[in-house]
Amino acid sequence: MSDVMVFAENNGNKIHPVSYELLGKGKELADKLGGELTAALLSGTSLPAGELIERGADRVYRGTAERLAEPIESSYREVLVQVIEEANPEVILIGATNFGRSLAPRVAMALDTSLTADCTGLDIDEEKNFVQIRPAFSGNILAHIKSRTSPQLATVRYRVFPEAGIEEGKEGEVIDVELSLGGEDTKQVEVLEERRGKKVNLEDAEVVVAAGRGLKKEEDFELIEDLASFFDGKVGASRPLVDDGWIGRAHQVGYSGRRVKPRIYIACGISGQSQHLAGMKDSDMIIAINSDPSAPIFDYADYGLVGDLYEVVPELTRQLKGE
Amino acid sequence: MPEPTYIVLIKQVPDMDEVEFDYEEGRVDRSSAPLEPNPFDLNALEEAVKYKEELGGEVLAISMGPKQAESTLKDAIARGADEGILLHGREFAGSDTWATSLALAHAIETAGSCDIIFAGEKTVDGDTGQVGPEVAEYLDIPHVAFVSDVTKRGEKEIQVESETWGATYLKSMNLPGLITVTKDVNEPRLPSFKDKQRARKAEITTWGIDDISIDPDNLGVTGSPTRVANMEVPPPEERESLILREDPGNSVNQLLEKLDLGREN
Repeated sequence: MSDVMVFAENNGNKIHPVSYELLGKGKELADKLGGELTAALLSGTSLPAGELIERGADRVYRGTAERLAEPIESSYREVLVQVIEEANPEVILIGATNFGRSLAPRVAMALDTSLTADCTGLDIDEEKNFVQIRPAFSGNILAHIKSRTSPQLATVRYRVFPEAGIEEGKEGEVIDVELSLGGEDTKQVEVLEERRGKKVNLEDAEVVVAAGRGLKKEEDFELIEDLASFFDGKVGASRPLVDDGWIGRAHQVGYSGRRVKPRIYIACGISGQSQHLAGMKDSDMIIAINSDPSAPIFDYADYGLVGDLYEVVPELTRQLKGE
Repeated sequence: MPEPTYIVLIKQVPDMDEVEFDYEEGRVDRSSAPLEPNPFDLNALEEAVKYKEELGGEVLAISMGPKQAESTLKDAIARGADEGILLHGREFAGSDTWATSLALAHAIETAGSCDIIFAGEKTVDGDTGQVGPEVAEYLDIPHVAFVSDVTKRGEKEIQVESETWGATYLKSMNLPGLITVTKDVNEPRLPSFKDKQRARKAEITTWGIDDISIDPDNLGVTGSPTRVANMEVPPPEERESLILREDPGNSVNQLLEKLDLGREN
Protein backbone atom coordinates (compact mmCIF):
# COMPACT_ATOMS: atom_id res chain seq x y z
CA MET A 1 0.00 0.00 0.00
CA SER A 2 1.65 3.11 -1.27
CA ASP A 3 -1.33 4.80 -2.84
CA VAL A 4 -2.46 8.33 -2.13
CA MET A 5 -6.19 8.99 -1.79
CA VAL A 6 -7.82 12.38 -2.18
CA PHE A 7 -11.20 13.03 -0.56
CA ALA A 8 -13.13 14.92 -3.24
CA GLU A 9 -15.22 17.22 -1.07
CA ASN A 10 -18.43 18.32 -2.72
CA ASN A 11 -21.69 19.84 -1.65
CA GLY A 12 -23.73 17.42 -3.70
CA ASN A 13 -23.60 19.23 -7.00
CA LYS A 14 -20.11 20.63 -7.24
CA ILE A 15 -16.66 19.35 -6.34
CA HIS A 16 -14.82 21.80 -4.10
CA PRO A 17 -11.77 23.24 -5.93
CA VAL A 18 -9.46 22.25 -3.05
CA SER A 19 -9.94 18.68 -4.32
CA TYR A 20 -8.20 19.60 -7.59
CA GLU A 21 -5.35 21.16 -5.64
CA LEU A 22 -5.01 17.94 -3.64
CA LEU A 23 -4.92 15.88 -6.85
CA GLY A 24 -1.95 17.94 -8.09
CA LYS A 25 0.03 17.47 -4.89
CA GLY A 26 -1.26 13.93 -4.41
CA LYS A 27 0.07 12.86 -7.81
CA GLU A 28 3.54 14.08 -6.89
CA LEU A 29 3.42 12.20 -3.57
CA ALA A 30 2.10 9.00 -5.19
CA ASP A 31 4.90 9.08 -7.77
CA LYS A 32 7.51 9.42 -5.03
CA LEU A 33 5.91 6.57 -3.07
CA GLY A 34 5.64 4.42 -6.18
CA GLY A 35 1.88 4.13 -5.80
CA GLU A 36 -1.27 5.25 -7.54
CA LEU A 37 -3.43 8.30 -7.04
CA THR A 38 -7.02 7.55 -6.09
CA ALA A 39 -9.99 9.71 -5.22
CA ALA A 40 -13.02 9.13 -3.02
CA LEU A 41 -16.06 10.76 -4.61
CA LEU A 42 -18.89 10.43 -2.12
CA SER A 43 -22.06 12.38 -2.61
CA GLY A 44 -25.82 12.55 -2.28
CA THR A 45 -26.42 12.25 -6.01
CA SER A 46 -24.04 10.80 -8.53
CA LEU A 47 -21.35 13.19 -9.73
CA PRO A 48 -19.19 12.72 -12.83
CA ALA A 49 -15.82 11.19 -12.00
CA GLY A 50 -14.25 12.19 -15.32
CA GLU A 51 -12.71 15.44 -14.20
CA LEU A 52 -10.98 13.77 -11.24
CA ILE A 53 -9.42 11.32 -13.68
CA GLU A 54 -8.45 14.01 -16.16
CA ARG A 55 -6.79 15.86 -13.32
CA GLY A 56 -4.65 12.89 -12.36
CA ALA A 57 -6.62 10.23 -10.48
CA ASP A 58 -5.83 6.68 -11.59
CA ARG A 59 -8.89 5.32 -9.83
CA VAL A 60 -12.05 6.91 -8.47
CA TYR A 61 -14.08 5.23 -5.76
CA ARG A 62 -17.54 6.60 -6.27
CA GLY A 63 -20.49 6.11 -3.99
CA THR A 64 -23.80 7.81 -3.39
CA ALA A 65 -26.22 7.79 -0.52
CA GLU A 66 -29.12 10.13 0.03
CA ARG A 67 -27.86 11.22 3.44
CA LEU A 68 -24.61 12.48 1.92
CA ALA A 69 -26.54 15.34 0.33
CA GLU A 70 -26.17 17.10 3.67
CA PRO A 71 -23.04 18.07 5.57
CA ILE A 72 -23.23 15.54 8.36
CA GLU A 73 -19.85 14.31 9.48
CA SER A 74 -20.89 11.00 10.99
CA SER A 75 -22.48 9.89 7.68
CA TYR A 76 -19.36 10.85 5.76
CA ARG A 77 -17.15 9.26 8.38
CA GLU A 78 -18.92 5.95 7.95
CA VAL A 79 -18.62 5.80 4.17
CA LEU A 80 -15.12 7.29 3.96
CA VAL A 81 -13.85 4.67 6.42
CA GLN A 82 -15.51 2.02 4.26
CA VAL A 83 -13.81 3.30 1.10
CA ILE A 84 -10.43 3.65 2.85
CA GLU A 85 -10.67 0.06 4.04
CA GLU A 86 -11.48 -1.09 0.52
CA ALA A 87 -8.82 0.97 -1.26
CA ASN A 88 -6.15 0.66 1.42
CA PRO A 89 -4.20 3.87 0.71
CA GLU A 90 -1.09 4.89 2.65
CA VAL A 91 -1.81 8.62 2.54
CA ILE A 92 -5.21 10.32 2.66
CA LEU A 93 -5.54 14.01 1.82
CA ILE A 94 -8.59 16.01 2.87
CA GLY A 95 -9.13 19.72 2.21
CA ALA A 96 -8.82 21.83 5.35
CA THR A 97 -12.22 23.40 4.76
CA ASN A 98 -14.54 23.66 7.74
CA PHE A 99 -16.11 20.37 6.70
CA GLY A 100 -12.76 18.65 6.14
CA ARG A 101 -11.40 19.84 9.45
CA SER A 102 -14.48 18.50 11.19
CA LEU A 103 -14.66 15.18 9.32
CA ALA A 104 -10.98 14.18 9.28
CA PRO A 105 -10.58 13.87 13.08
CA ARG A 106 -13.53 11.49 13.25
CA VAL A 107 -12.02 9.35 10.50
CA ALA A 108 -8.57 9.38 12.12
CA MET A 109 -9.96 8.41 15.51
CA ALA A 110 -12.16 5.71 13.96
CA LEU A 111 -9.07 4.23 12.27
CA ASP A 112 -6.87 4.91 15.32
CA THR A 113 -4.34 6.65 13.18
CA SER A 114 -2.43 9.87 12.66
CA LEU A 115 -3.83 13.15 11.42
CA THR A 116 -2.02 16.41 10.80
CA ALA A 117 -4.11 19.56 10.50
CA ASP A 118 -4.04 22.32 7.95
CA CYS A 119 -0.83 21.45 6.11
CA THR A 120 0.80 23.98 3.80
CA GLY A 121 3.63 21.72 2.66
CA LEU A 122 3.73 17.97 1.91
CA ASP A 123 6.62 15.83 0.79
CA ILE A 124 8.08 12.33 0.78
CA ASP A 125 11.59 12.17 2.20
CA GLU A 126 14.42 9.83 1.16
CA GLU A 127 13.28 7.10 3.54
CA LYS A 128 9.81 7.36 1.96
CA ASN A 129 8.37 9.02 5.03
CA PHE A 130 5.41 11.30 4.48
CA VAL A 131 6.47 14.72 5.76
CA GLN A 132 3.66 17.08 6.67
CA ILE A 133 4.52 20.72 7.14
CA ARG A 134 2.10 22.93 8.96
CA PRO A 135 2.04 26.36 10.54
CA ALA A 136 1.37 26.60 14.28
CA PHE A 137 1.50 29.39 16.81
CA SER A 138 -0.75 31.44 14.59
CA GLY A 139 1.50 31.02 11.60
CA ASN A 140 4.73 31.97 13.33
CA ILE A 141 6.33 28.56 13.21
CA LEU A 142 6.37 25.70 10.72
CA ALA A 143 6.35 22.22 12.20
CA HIS A 144 7.54 19.22 10.16
CA ILE A 145 5.45 16.26 11.24
CA LYS A 146 5.92 12.54 10.59
CA SER A 147 3.59 9.71 11.48
CA ARG A 148 4.21 6.29 12.94
CA THR A 149 0.84 4.77 12.09
CA SER A 150 -0.85 3.89 8.85
CA PRO A 151 -2.76 5.13 6.97
CA GLN A 152 -1.59 8.71 7.41
CA LEU A 153 -4.16 11.47 7.19
CA ALA A 154 -3.63 15.15 6.58
CA THR A 155 -5.92 18.07 6.03
CA VAL A 156 -4.47 20.58 3.58
CA ARG A 157 -5.09 24.28 3.46
CA TYR A 158 -7.12 25.60 0.54
CA ARG A 159 -5.38 27.84 -2.02
CA VAL A 160 -1.86 26.78 -1.14
CA PHE A 161 -1.15 24.32 -3.96
CA PRO A 162 -2.05 24.94 -7.60
CA GLU A 163 -4.91 22.95 -9.11
CA ALA A 164 -3.88 19.91 -11.14
CA GLY A 165 -4.16 20.62 -14.85
CA ILE A 166 -6.61 18.81 -17.09
CA GLU A 167 -5.29 16.13 -19.41
CA GLU A 168 -8.11 15.61 -21.85
CA GLY A 169 -8.91 12.05 -22.72
CA LYS A 170 -6.86 10.60 -19.88
CA GLU A 171 -8.19 7.24 -18.83
CA GLY A 172 -8.79 5.85 -15.41
CA GLU A 173 -10.94 3.42 -13.55
CA VAL A 174 -14.20 4.23 -11.81
CA ILE A 175 -15.20 1.82 -9.07
CA ASP A 176 -18.81 2.19 -7.99
CA VAL A 177 -18.95 1.33 -4.31
CA GLU A 178 -22.12 0.05 -2.69
CA LEU A 179 -22.16 2.20 0.42
CA SER A 180 -23.44 0.76 3.64
CA LEU A 181 -24.81 3.63 5.62
CA GLY A 182 -27.09 2.12 8.15
CA GLY A 183 -25.70 3.02 11.54
CA GLU A 184 -28.07 4.60 14.02
CA ASP A 185 -25.29 7.02 14.95
CA THR A 186 -25.49 8.70 11.57
CA LYS A 187 -29.01 9.85 12.41
CA GLN A 188 -28.11 11.80 15.51
CA VAL A 189 -27.63 15.05 13.62
CA GLU A 190 -30.22 16.43 11.25
CA VAL A 191 -30.10 19.42 8.93
CA LEU A 192 -33.23 21.50 9.43
CA GLU A 193 -32.49 24.29 7.02
CA GLU A 194 -29.76 25.69 4.83
CA ARG A 195 -29.31 29.40 5.38
CA ARG A 196 -27.08 30.42 2.56
CA GLY A 197 -25.37 33.73 2.48
CA LYS A 198 -26.59 34.89 5.86
CA LYS A 199 -23.10 35.06 7.26
CA VAL A 200 -20.14 36.94 5.90
CA ASN A 201 -17.69 34.61 4.25
CA LEU A 202 -14.41 36.49 4.20
CA GLU A 203 -12.31 33.43 3.40
CA ASP A 204 -13.71 33.11 -0.10
CA ALA A 205 -13.53 36.81 -1.00
CA GLU A 206 -11.34 37.77 -3.95
CA VAL A 207 -10.87 41.26 -2.53
CA VAL A 208 -10.92 42.30 1.11
CA VAL A 209 -10.87 45.94 2.18
CA ALA A 210 -10.15 46.16 5.91
CA ALA A 211 -10.09 48.97 8.44
CA GLY A 212 -8.14 49.40 11.65
CA ARG A 213 -7.71 51.96 14.36
CA GLY A 214 -7.21 54.69 11.78
CA LEU A 215 -10.98 54.67 11.41
CA LYS A 216 -12.38 57.26 13.79
CA LYS A 217 -16.08 56.43 13.91
CA GLU A 218 -18.26 53.42 13.29
CA GLU A 219 -20.21 55.29 10.61
CA ASP A 220 -17.03 55.78 8.62
CA PHE A 221 -17.09 52.12 7.62
CA GLU A 222 -19.11 53.53 4.75
CA LEU A 223 -15.84 54.63 3.11
CA ILE A 224 -14.48 51.11 3.41
CA GLU A 225 -17.72 49.60 2.12
CA ASP A 226 -17.73 51.91 -0.89
CA LEU A 227 -14.26 50.78 -1.89
CA ALA A 228 -15.04 47.12 -1.23
CA SER A 229 -18.22 47.29 -3.29
CA PHE A 230 -16.30 48.54 -6.32
CA PHE A 231 -14.45 45.21 -6.36
CA ASP A 232 -17.49 43.26 -5.24
CA GLY A 233 -15.29 42.47 -2.26
CA LYS A 234 -15.82 42.06 1.45
CA VAL A 235 -15.17 44.34 4.41
CA GLY A 236 -12.67 43.23 7.05
CA ALA A 237 -11.51 44.78 10.31
CA SER A 238 -8.73 44.51 12.85
CA ARG A 239 -9.49 43.28 16.33
CA PRO A 240 -9.90 46.60 18.18
CA LEU A 241 -12.81 47.65 15.95
CA VAL A 242 -14.50 44.31 16.49
CA ASP A 243 -13.89 44.47 20.24
CA ASP A 244 -15.50 47.91 20.27
CA GLY A 245 -18.55 46.42 18.61
CA TRP A 246 -18.30 48.55 15.46
CA ILE A 247 -18.57 45.50 13.24
CA GLY A 248 -19.35 41.79 13.74
CA ARG A 249 -16.83 39.11 14.64
CA ALA A 250 -17.26 37.52 11.24
CA HIS A 251 -15.37 40.48 9.77
CA GLN A 252 -12.34 40.15 12.00
CA VAL A 253 -9.10 39.36 10.21
CA GLY A 254 -6.32 37.88 12.34
CA TYR A 255 -5.45 34.75 14.21
CA SER A 256 -8.34 35.06 16.60
CA GLY A 257 -10.60 35.90 13.66
CA ARG A 258 -10.47 34.86 10.01
CA ARG A 259 -7.46 33.92 7.96
CA VAL A 260 -7.82 35.26 4.44
CA LYS A 261 -5.85 34.94 1.27
CA PRO A 262 -7.61 37.13 -1.28
CA ARG A 263 -6.25 38.31 -4.61
CA ILE A 264 -6.11 41.86 -3.23
CA TYR A 265 -6.04 42.92 0.41
CA ILE A 266 -6.36 46.64 1.13
CA ALA A 267 -5.44 47.57 4.71
CA CYS A 268 -6.79 51.01 5.64
CA GLY A 269 -5.50 52.58 8.83
CA ILE A 270 -4.14 49.27 10.09
CA SER A 271 -0.74 49.45 11.79
CA GLY A 272 0.11 45.79 11.24
CA GLN A 273 0.32 44.01 14.59
CA SER A 274 1.26 40.33 14.45
CA GLN A 275 -2.31 39.47 15.46
CA HIS A 276 -3.57 41.03 12.25
CA LEU A 277 -0.66 40.01 9.98
CA ALA A 278 -1.24 36.34 10.83
CA GLY A 279 -4.64 36.61 9.19
CA MET A 280 -3.69 38.30 5.91
CA LYS A 281 0.03 38.17 5.16
CA ASP A 282 -0.40 35.43 2.56
CA SER A 283 -2.72 37.52 0.39
CA ASP A 284 -1.63 37.66 -3.25
CA MET A 285 -1.31 41.44 -3.23
CA ILE A 286 -1.34 43.75 -0.24
CA ILE A 287 -2.01 47.48 -0.47
CA ALA A 288 -1.57 49.45 2.74
CA ILE A 289 -2.90 52.92 3.45
CA ASN A 290 -1.63 54.53 6.63
CA SER A 291 -0.72 58.03 7.76
CA ASP A 292 2.26 56.76 9.76
CA PRO A 293 5.15 56.03 7.37
CA SER A 294 6.81 53.81 10.01
CA ALA A 295 3.75 51.54 10.45
CA PRO A 296 4.88 47.88 10.26
CA ILE A 297 2.14 47.09 7.75
CA PHE A 298 4.25 48.78 5.04
CA ASP A 299 6.91 46.05 5.42
CA TYR A 300 4.35 43.45 4.40
CA ALA A 301 2.66 45.42 1.66
CA ASP A 302 3.40 45.38 -2.06
CA TYR A 303 2.17 48.95 -2.31
CA GLY A 304 2.03 51.48 0.46
CA LEU A 305 0.24 54.80 0.35
CA VAL A 306 1.32 57.16 3.08
CA GLY A 307 -1.61 59.37 3.84
CA ASP A 308 -4.81 59.87 5.75
CA LEU A 309 -7.28 57.11 4.96
CA TYR A 310 -10.04 59.72 4.98
CA GLU A 311 -8.42 61.29 1.93
CA VAL A 312 -6.81 58.30 0.24
CA VAL A 313 -9.68 55.80 0.41
CA PRO A 314 -12.34 58.06 -1.16
CA GLU A 315 -9.79 59.16 -3.77
CA LEU A 316 -9.03 55.56 -4.63
CA THR A 317 -12.73 54.73 -4.92
CA ARG A 318 -13.30 57.83 -7.06
CA GLN A 319 -10.45 57.10 -9.46
CA LEU A 320 -11.38 53.45 -9.74
CA LYS A 321 -14.89 54.43 -10.72
CA GLY A 322 -13.35 56.74 -13.28
CA GLU A 323 -15.07 59.76 -11.81
CA MET B 1 -34.02 13.16 36.74
CA PRO B 2 -30.39 13.94 37.54
CA GLU B 3 -29.25 17.47 36.80
CA PRO B 4 -27.66 17.83 33.37
CA THR B 5 -23.87 18.01 33.19
CA TYR B 6 -22.05 20.25 30.75
CA ILE B 7 -18.36 19.71 30.13
CA VAL B 8 -16.10 22.39 28.71
CA LEU B 9 -12.72 21.48 27.24
CA ILE B 10 -10.29 24.25 27.92
CA LYS B 11 -6.61 24.78 27.20
CA GLN B 12 -4.13 27.20 28.65
CA VAL B 13 -2.20 28.98 25.91
CA PRO B 14 0.33 31.80 25.73
CA ASP B 15 -1.00 35.26 24.96
CA MET B 16 -0.18 35.31 21.27
CA ASP B 17 0.33 39.05 21.19
CA GLU B 18 3.23 38.67 23.60
CA VAL B 19 4.98 35.48 22.46
CA GLU B 20 8.47 36.05 21.18
CA PHE B 21 9.95 34.01 18.38
CA ASP B 22 13.66 33.47 18.06
CA TYR B 23 14.12 33.44 14.32
CA GLU B 24 17.83 32.67 14.48
CA GLU B 25 17.56 29.78 16.92
CA GLY B 26 14.28 28.62 15.38
CA ARG B 27 12.34 28.35 18.58
CA VAL B 28 9.36 29.73 20.43
CA ASP B 29 10.05 31.38 23.74
CA ARG B 30 6.97 30.21 25.60
CA SER B 31 8.12 31.83 28.80
CA SER B 32 8.06 35.24 27.13
CA ALA B 33 4.29 35.51 27.26
CA PRO B 34 1.70 35.46 30.01
CA LEU B 35 -0.65 32.47 29.94
CA GLU B 36 -4.37 32.76 29.37
CA PRO B 37 -7.32 30.53 28.52
CA ASN B 38 -7.52 29.79 24.78
CA PRO B 39 -9.82 32.59 23.56
CA PHE B 40 -12.14 30.23 21.63
CA ASP B 41 -12.59 28.10 24.76
CA LEU B 42 -14.05 31.09 26.57
CA ASN B 43 -16.82 31.16 23.99
CA ALA B 44 -17.38 27.45 24.65
CA LEU B 45 -17.53 28.09 28.39
CA GLU B 46 -19.96 30.97 27.94
CA GLU B 47 -22.26 28.73 25.93
CA ALA B 48 -22.17 26.05 28.64
CA VAL B 49 -22.99 28.64 31.30
CA LYS B 50 -25.91 29.91 29.22
CA TYR B 51 -27.23 26.37 28.95
CA LYS B 52 -26.98 25.99 32.70
CA GLU B 53 -28.77 29.29 33.27
CA GLU B 54 -31.63 28.15 31.06
CA LEU B 55 -31.98 24.50 32.09
CA GLY B 56 -30.05 24.10 35.32
CA GLY B 57 -27.23 21.67 35.88
CA GLU B 58 -23.51 21.77 36.42
CA VAL B 59 -20.64 23.07 34.33
CA LEU B 60 -17.42 21.12 34.58
CA ALA B 61 -14.24 22.52 33.01
CA ILE B 62 -11.54 20.00 32.07
CA SER B 63 -8.03 20.86 31.02
CA MET B 64 -4.89 18.89 30.37
CA GLY B 65 -1.54 20.50 30.97
CA PRO B 66 1.10 21.57 33.43
CA LYS B 67 0.33 22.51 37.03
CA GLN B 68 0.03 26.19 36.18
CA ALA B 69 -3.03 25.40 34.02
CA GLU B 70 -4.90 25.43 37.33
CA SER B 71 -5.11 29.19 36.94
CA THR B 72 -7.00 28.74 33.67
CA LEU B 73 -9.47 26.44 35.44
CA LYS B 74 -9.87 29.00 38.21
CA ASP B 75 -10.53 31.59 35.56
CA ALA B 76 -13.22 29.24 34.19
CA ILE B 77 -14.78 29.02 37.64
CA ALA B 78 -14.81 32.80 37.91
CA ARG B 79 -16.66 32.86 34.59
CA GLY B 80 -19.34 30.43 35.71
CA ALA B 81 -17.97 26.88 35.80
CA ASP B 82 -18.83 24.92 38.94
CA GLU B 83 -15.79 22.72 39.00
CA GLY B 84 -12.37 22.38 37.38
CA ILE B 85 -10.44 19.19 36.69
CA LEU B 86 -6.82 19.20 35.58
CA LEU B 87 -5.26 16.18 33.88
CA HIS B 88 -1.69 16.38 34.87
CA GLY B 89 1.36 14.17 34.98
CA ARG B 90 4.55 13.63 33.02
CA GLU B 91 2.89 10.80 31.05
CA PHE B 92 0.59 13.32 29.37
CA ALA B 93 3.36 15.64 28.18
CA GLY B 94 4.05 15.68 24.47
CA SER B 95 0.71 14.13 23.48
CA ASP B 96 -0.53 14.90 19.98
CA THR B 97 -4.21 15.51 19.23
CA TRP B 98 -5.05 11.79 19.10
CA ALA B 99 -3.49 11.07 22.49
CA THR B 100 -4.89 14.27 23.99
CA SER B 101 -8.37 13.35 22.78
CA LEU B 102 -8.01 9.88 24.24
CA ALA B 103 -7.02 11.32 27.62
CA LEU B 104 -9.83 13.87 27.63
CA ALA B 105 -12.36 11.23 26.60
CA HIS B 106 -11.22 9.00 29.49
CA ALA B 107 -11.57 11.94 31.87
CA ILE B 108 -15.09 12.65 30.58
CA GLU B 109 -16.03 9.00 31.14
CA THR B 110 -14.53 9.15 34.62
CA ALA B 111 -16.53 12.28 35.45
CA GLY B 112 -19.73 10.31 34.90
CA SER B 113 -22.69 11.14 32.74
CA CYS B 114 -22.48 14.14 30.51
CA ASP B 115 -25.10 15.81 28.34
CA ILE B 116 -23.15 18.27 26.22
CA ILE B 117 -19.46 18.81 25.65
CA PHE B 118 -18.41 22.30 24.54
CA ALA B 119 -15.08 23.05 22.87
CA GLY B 120 -13.56 25.96 20.98
CA GLU B 121 -13.17 25.60 17.20
CA LYS B 122 -9.36 25.49 17.67
CA THR B 123 -6.58 26.70 19.92
CA VAL B 124 -4.38 29.65 19.01
CA ASP B 125 -1.13 27.74 19.60
CA GLY B 126 -1.76 24.27 18.16
CA ASP B 127 -4.37 25.57 15.72
CA THR B 128 -5.64 22.10 14.73
CA GLY B 129 -9.28 22.05 15.80
CA GLN B 130 -9.03 18.27 15.92
CA VAL B 131 -9.49 17.49 19.59
CA GLY B 132 -13.25 18.20 19.77
CA PRO B 133 -14.32 15.88 16.92
CA GLU B 134 -11.78 13.22 17.98
CA VAL B 135 -13.23 13.18 21.50
CA ALA B 136 -16.73 12.85 20.06
CA GLU B 137 -15.68 9.95 17.85
CA TYR B 138 -13.99 8.15 20.71
CA LEU B 139 -17.05 8.58 22.94
CA ASP B 140 -19.27 7.53 20.04
CA ILE B 141 -21.45 10.63 20.28
CA PRO B 142 -22.42 13.06 17.51
CA HIS B 143 -20.83 16.47 17.08
CA VAL B 144 -21.46 19.69 15.20
CA ALA B 145 -18.41 21.86 14.49
CA PHE B 146 -18.03 25.58 13.77
CA VAL B 147 -21.18 26.49 15.62
CA SER B 148 -21.89 30.21 15.22
CA ASP B 149 -25.20 30.31 17.07
CA VAL B 150 -27.16 28.15 19.49
CA THR B 151 -30.79 28.65 18.58
CA LYS B 152 -32.54 26.23 20.92
CA ARG B 153 -31.43 24.66 24.16
CA GLY B 154 -33.21 21.45 25.03
CA GLU B 155 -32.67 18.53 27.36
CA LYS B 156 -32.70 15.90 24.65
CA GLU B 157 -31.71 18.02 21.68
CA ILE B 158 -29.75 21.14 20.82
CA GLN B 159 -30.33 23.33 17.76
CA VAL B 160 -27.39 25.23 16.32
CA GLU B 161 -26.21 27.11 13.27
CA SER B 162 -23.06 25.62 11.83
CA GLU B 163 -20.70 27.13 9.26
CA THR B 164 -19.85 24.51 6.69
CA TRP B 165 -19.96 23.86 2.93
CA GLY B 166 -19.68 27.61 2.40
CA ALA B 167 -23.03 28.27 4.03
CA THR B 168 -24.84 28.30 7.33
CA TYR B 169 -26.80 25.20 8.25
CA LEU B 170 -29.41 25.00 10.96
CA LYS B 171 -28.91 21.61 12.57
CA SER B 172 -30.41 19.70 15.43
CA MET B 173 -28.36 17.21 17.38
CA ASN B 174 -29.50 14.55 19.81
CA LEU B 175 -27.82 14.63 23.19
CA PRO B 176 -25.39 13.65 24.49
CA GLY B 177 -23.30 15.40 21.87
CA LEU B 178 -20.40 17.77 21.36
CA ILE B 179 -20.20 21.18 19.72
CA THR B 180 -17.20 23.27 18.76
CA VAL B 181 -17.92 26.98 18.69
CA THR B 182 -16.61 29.93 16.70
CA LYS B 183 -16.08 33.46 17.99
CA ASP B 184 -19.46 34.46 16.53
CA VAL B 185 -21.43 32.32 18.95
CA ASN B 186 -21.45 34.79 21.86
CA GLU B 187 -19.54 37.45 23.77
CA PRO B 188 -17.96 35.82 26.82
CA ARG B 189 -18.85 37.62 30.03
CA LEU B 190 -16.18 39.23 32.16
CA PRO B 191 -15.92 37.90 35.71
CA SER B 192 -16.73 40.33 38.50
CA PHE B 193 -14.30 41.06 41.29
CA LYS B 194 -16.40 38.93 43.61
CA ASP B 195 -16.38 36.02 41.17
CA LYS B 196 -12.61 36.24 40.92
CA GLN B 197 -12.27 36.24 44.70
CA ARG B 198 -14.47 33.18 44.97
CA ALA B 199 -12.59 31.38 42.19
CA ARG B 200 -9.24 32.06 43.79
CA LYS B 201 -10.29 29.93 46.75
CA ALA B 202 -11.76 27.14 44.63
CA GLU B 203 -10.17 23.72 44.79
CA ILE B 204 -9.06 22.29 41.46
CA THR B 205 -9.20 18.50 41.22
CA THR B 206 -6.09 16.95 39.70
CA TRP B 207 -6.28 13.60 37.97
CA GLY B 208 -3.36 11.47 36.84
CA ILE B 209 -3.31 8.41 34.59
CA ASP B 210 -4.54 6.07 37.33
CA ASP B 211 -7.55 8.25 38.08
CA ILE B 212 -8.81 8.02 34.51
CA SER B 213 -7.73 4.39 33.86
CA ILE B 214 -5.70 5.09 30.77
CA ASP B 215 -2.80 3.07 29.45
CA PRO B 216 0.27 5.36 29.50
CA ASP B 217 1.50 3.64 26.34
CA ASN B 218 -1.22 5.58 24.54
CA LEU B 219 -0.02 8.91 25.86
CA GLY B 220 2.77 11.38 25.47
CA VAL B 221 5.44 11.29 22.82
CA THR B 222 5.53 7.46 22.74
CA GLY B 223 1.77 7.04 22.42
CA SER B 224 1.17 9.72 19.81
CA PRO B 225 0.74 8.65 16.19
CA THR B 226 2.40 11.86 14.99
CA ARG B 227 5.63 13.45 16.07
CA VAL B 228 7.25 16.75 15.32
CA ALA B 229 10.40 15.87 13.37
CA ASN B 230 11.66 19.43 13.38
CA MET B 231 10.49 22.97 13.59
CA GLU B 232 11.34 26.12 11.72
CA VAL B 233 10.63 29.65 12.74
CA PRO B 234 10.75 31.42 9.42
CA PRO B 235 11.30 35.15 9.64
CA PRO B 236 8.16 37.09 8.74
CA GLU B 237 7.90 37.41 5.02
CA GLU B 238 8.52 41.03 4.20
CA ARG B 239 7.71 42.31 0.76
CA GLU B 240 9.42 44.63 -1.64
CA SER B 241 7.19 47.62 -1.12
CA LEU B 242 6.59 50.53 -3.38
CA ILE B 243 5.82 53.39 -1.04
CA LEU B 244 3.92 56.36 -2.44
CA ARG B 245 4.10 59.53 -0.40
CA GLU B 246 2.59 62.16 -2.65
CA ASP B 247 -0.77 63.82 -2.24
CA PRO B 248 -3.68 61.39 -2.39
CA GLY B 249 -4.63 62.20 -5.96
CA ASN B 250 -1.16 61.53 -7.34
CA SER B 251 -0.43 58.54 -5.11
CA VAL B 252 -3.65 56.84 -6.12
CA ASN B 253 -3.03 57.66 -9.74
CA GLN B 254 0.44 56.09 -9.61
CA LEU B 255 -0.89 53.05 -7.80
CA LEU B 256 -3.56 52.45 -10.41
CA GLU B 257 -1.07 52.85 -13.22
CA LYS B 258 1.13 50.20 -11.63
CA LEU B 259 -1.72 47.88 -10.97
CA ASP B 260 -3.62 48.30 -14.14
CA LEU B 261 -6.72 47.72 -12.04
CA GLY B 262 -9.88 47.96 -14.03
CA ARG B 263 -10.43 51.69 -14.26
CA GLU B 264 -12.05 50.81 -17.53
CA ASN B 265 -14.96 49.04 -15.82
